[in-house]
Amino acid sequence: MEIKLEALFQDKIDQEIKIEPRDWMPEKYRKTLLRQISQHAHSEIVGMLPEGNWITRAPNLRRKVALLAKVQDEAGHGLYLYSAAETLGMSRDEMFEELHSGKAKYSSIFNYPTLTWADMGAIGWLVDGAAIMNQVPLCRTSYGPYARAMVRVCKEESFHQRQGYEIMLTLSKGTEAQKALAQDALNRWWWPSIMMFGPNDDNSPNSAQSMKWKIKRFSNDELRQKFVDVTVAQTEILGLSIPDKDLKWNEERGHYDFGVIDWEEFFQVVAGNGPCNKQRLKARVDAWENGAWVREAATAYAEKRELRTKNQTEAA
Amino acid sequence: MSTKEWPLWEVFIRAKQGLNHKHVGSLHAADLQMAIENARDVYTRRMEGVSIWVVESKHVHASEPSEQEALFEPANDKIYRHPTFYDLPEELNHM
Repeated sequence: MEIKLEALFQDKIDQEIKIEPRDWMPEKYRKTLLRQISQHAHSEIVGMLPEGNWITRAPNLRRKVALLAKVQDEAGHGLYLYSAAETLGMSRDEMFEELHSGKAKYSSIFNYPTLTWADMGAIGWLVDGAAIMNQVPLCRTSYGPYARAMVRVCKEESFHQRQGYEIMLTLSKGTEAQKALAQDALNRWWWPSIMMFGPNDDNSPNSAQSMKWKIKRFSNDELRQKFVDVTVAQTEILGLSIPDKDLKWNEERGHYDFGVIDWEEFFQVVAGNGPCNKQRLKARVDAWENGAWVREAATAYAEKRELRTKNQTEAA
Repeated sequence: MSTKEWPLWEVFIRAKQGLNHKHVGSLHAADLQMAIENARDVYTRRMEGVSIWVVESKHVHASEPSEQEALFEPANDKIYRHPTFYDLPEELNHM
């Protein structure tokens, strides 16, 4: 029976028929999606922290409203994704619990500090740029609620990248000191950004199954290469240079070659030893715990109001 | 410390006057007023709507995917319900 169901399921996937919450699905498909979508949601939520750091210190009102709107969008993206994940049978509180206990991961990039205003530029341009590269194919992912959430996310994401690039452009056309600030931000964010695509394909054991189930459409290395290829030209317009001496055009491949990624650093940050892991997680746990009384008060108020309405109806 | 999770609500948005409300997603809120306010913040940040409906998810009743055939198959062979089923002369434009 199970085998027959699984064959029917794969057949639907092959025909590009979306899977919806109440449809039969293999347990591993459900688990893989739940892990991926909740991680993605956590990344949006934790991703607000490095940028939230600069909202009060944005250089002018135009930059401030844009950054506020971007951070607000990220909260929204987290919420779309948590909703999609909940359709797979895990409650919101359980997901928070997994994040707060360190059981669930989020994108490692957010464990790096935002030291200068230029980091707001580099994050929008590179981190959101890499995220878009990953997210656009996810709009066609096989699980309906995830695909629909990603369509919304992608629509909103392009403003994020453009506002970041504009910050970089302004700085790189400014004084020597401003240009140096932009270059410094690029230097620090470049490698973590290209790590965002995850381990190399031959080191990414679950990729093949995810591709077969059409959760993923492109491999980590394919997406990383695409990102490097488009980013080089964007860097030239800025008049900045990518901190990789091995970066050069390969005529034969029709792609840029680039240097070896420091995977040791990547795995260290994933394991919790990045520069800001503890700080980020603490900020989330504090927000959750300090907000408990608000959640309780809202529940109590809702119950009281419901009771009052009921009594009024009965009296009438 | 564990408090009760706020209930889940399904959100429907009317994009503009004249269109029907369409399901856009869900969210948690303590009561219906908060559900509508949160829906405004989460789902209409870019003028996506002029009206919001929220329905507590537990009140939505759905057909079973396993009943899909039984429910929808019968319509499959009733092609006479479509205008193209009828053979009419060419010269009879626009009917």
